[in-house]
Amino acid sequence: MAGHAKTGRPNQLFRNLNAKIASIPMILTAVVIFLGGTLWTVLYSFTNSKLLPRLKFVGLDQYERLWAAPRWVVSIENLAIYGFFSLIFSLVIGFLLAALMDQKIRFENTFRTIFLYPFALSFIVTGLVWQWILNPEFGVQSVVRSLGWTTFVFDPLYTPSIVIYGILIAALWQGTGLVMCLMLAGLRGIDEDIWKASRVDGIPMWKTYLLIIIPMMRPVFITTLVIIASGIVKVYDLVVAQTSGGPGIASEVPAKYVYDYMFQAQNLGQGFAASTMMLITVAIIIVPWAYLEFGGGRKRA
Amino acid sequence: MPDIAIQTAPTGTKATLSGPAGRKPRPLLSPRNIIIYGTLFVAAAYYLLPLYVMVVTSLKGMPEIRLGNIFSPPVEITFEPWVKAWSSACTGLNCDGLSRGFWNSVRITVPSVIVSIAIASVNGYALANWRFKGAELFFSILVVGAFIPYQVMIYPIVIVLREMGIYGTLTGLILVHSIFGMPILTLLFRNYFASLPEELFKAARIDGAGFWAIYFRIMAPMSLPIFVVAMILQVTGIWNDFLFGVVFTRPEYYPMTVQLNNIVNSVQGVKEYNVNMAATILTGAVPLIVYFVSGRLFVRGIAAGAVKG
Repeated sequence: MAGHAKTGRPNQLFRNLNAKIASIPMILTAVVIFLGGTLWTVLYSFTNSKLLPRLKFVGLDQYERLWAAPRWVVSIENLAIYGFFSLIFSLVIGFLLAALMDQKIRFENTFRTIFLYPFALSFIVTGLVWQWILNPEFGVQSVVRSLGWTTFVFDPLYTPSIVIYGILIAALWQGTGLVMCLMLAGLRGIDEDIWKASRVDGIPMWKTYLLIIIPMMRPVFITTLVIIASGIVKVYDLVVAQTSGGPGIASEVPAKYVYDYMFQAQNLGQGFAASTMMLITVAIIIVPWAYLEFGGGRKRA
Repeated sequence: MPDIAIQTAPTGTKATLSGPAGRKPRPLLSPRNIIIYGTLFVAAAYYLLPLYVMVVTSLKGMPEIRLGNIFSPPVEITFEPWVKAWSSACTGLNCDGLSRGFWNSVRITVPSVIVSIAIASVNGYALANWRFKGAELFFSILVVGAFIPYQVMIYPIVIVLREMGIYGTLTGLILVHSIFGMPILTLLFRNYFASLPEELFKAARIDGAGFWAIYFRIMAPMSLPIFVVAMILQVTGIWNDFLFGVVFTRPEYYPMTVQLNNIVNSVQGVKEYNVNMAATILTGAVPLIVYFVSGRLFVRGIAAGAVKG
C-alpha cells in the first residue's frame, strides 16, 4: 500500500488534507508529548529546579547528587537484582510451561486461563494479595509454623536484605502467564516437519528443543525480552502496594524515586535527573533491539 | 526441572507421530503423562492459590482470621467485609468505601476507551490507506515513545494540563489515557487495515467515496473483531492504572486502584484483613470478568499489543 500517494490521482491535495487532519492527534502526541516532553525533562535535568521548574543551569550537579544519594543507589541495585532474576525466571518458567502446554494435552484452555489470569489484574491488586500471603503473622510463615516447624522463618517483606525477592515472587506470578502465551504462540508457529525430521534422525526431544526449536524461536525470545525489560524499568505500582519501598529504603526502585522527588519532596531537578537515567536505561535496551529488528536484521533475511 | 524433558523424550516422540485423526491409545498413567500433568497441576495450584486466599479471607470474620491460617476455609461465612469494603471503609479523608472509586473508574474508563479507540483507529486507517509525507516519521516517534518510561513525560504533561486548565480533573486523566493508549492501538489498527484487501479500498474510491465515507461505511464495519480486541486491551489497561490516577487527579476523583491502595496501606487503626481482601477482589473484578468473558480474544489482544512492527 506504500504507493498510494505517488500514483497521482486527482485532488490528491484534498485527500491528503483529510488524512492529515485526521492525524493531528497522533502528530501532536508524537511531537509535543513524546518528543517534546522527553526533551523538556532532559533539558530541565540540568537545572536546579526545586518546587517549580526554572531554567538555571547547574551542569551535572543533579546527577552528582543523585549518584551520591544512598536511596538512589539502593534503587538501582534493587532494579538490577529484580531485573536480572525476573528476566531469567520469566523466560525459563514461561518457556517450560509453554513447552508442557504444547504436548497435545487435555484441558489446554483451562490451564492457559489459570496461568494467564493474574496478568489481567492490576499490579496494586497483585501487590496487596502477596503482601497478605507473605505476611509473617498470618501467611506462609505462620502456616508452616503451625504445622510443627516452629522456627521456620519466611518473611521476605520484613527483611531488608531479601525484600526485593518478595516483590519478585509477586511479579513472576503476575507476568509469567504472558510469557507463556507468547512462547506458546512461537512454538505453534514452528513447522511440524521440523519435529518429524528430528524424530527420524533419532534426536531426543530435549535436545531438539535446546538445539533446534529455541534457536528458531529467536524473534519470539527477543520480542518477549524487550517487553519484559521495558516493564522492569517501569516497575512502580507493585512496590507501592507491597512494601511502599520499605522496610526503610530497602525496596526502593527508580520509578518511585522519580515520583517521590517530583510530587512529594518537591525537588524537581532530582526527579528529572532520575527519570533521565531511566530513559538512558531503556535506550540501552531498545536501541540494539531496534537495530537488530530494523537495521542490521535485513542481511539475515 | 530439566530432567522432565529428558524423561519425556522417548514417549514424547511417539506422541508427535500420531496424526490428528486417530491418536494411538496409550495408557492414561504413563510416566510421561504423570510428569506433564503433575507439573501443570502444581503450577496451576500456585497460580490459583492467591485467588483462593483472597476469597477465603474476605469471607471470614476478624476473630477467625487471627486464630486460623490463611489457607483454611471459613468456618462461618460472612459477607460483612464485602459490604464494608464497598460502602464504609476509610481511605484517608473519607469513609465511604470503594464505591466512590468504582464510579470514578467507570467515569474514567468508559470515555478513555471510546476516545482512544476512535482516535487510534482513524490514525491507523490514515497510516494504512492514505499515506502522506512524514506520516511514517510521526508514527515511528509514537511507537518508540511507547517504550519511554512514563516518569520521563509526566511533569511536562502536568504543565500542559495545567495550562489547559484541566489538571486534577477527570477530563485531564481521560486525555492522558488517550495519549498513552495511542501507540499500541494505532499500531494495531494500522496493521489490521493494511491487511484488508486493497481492492475494496480501490473500488470504494472509484465509486467516489472519500476519506470519511470509506472509514465509516467500509473499514469500520469490517473491523469489528479488532475493535473488540482494542477495547479489551484498553478496558483492562485503564482500569488497572495506578500511576496516572495518582498523578493527574485530585483525591475526590481517585480511581478504584488508588483508593484500594489507600484503604489497605493506611497506617491508622487495626488492619482489617478481611475487608482489605474483599476490596482487592472488588477492584480486580472488572478486569477479571473481561478476561473470563472474552477468553481467546483477550489472548489475541495481548498478542497483538505485544508484537511490535
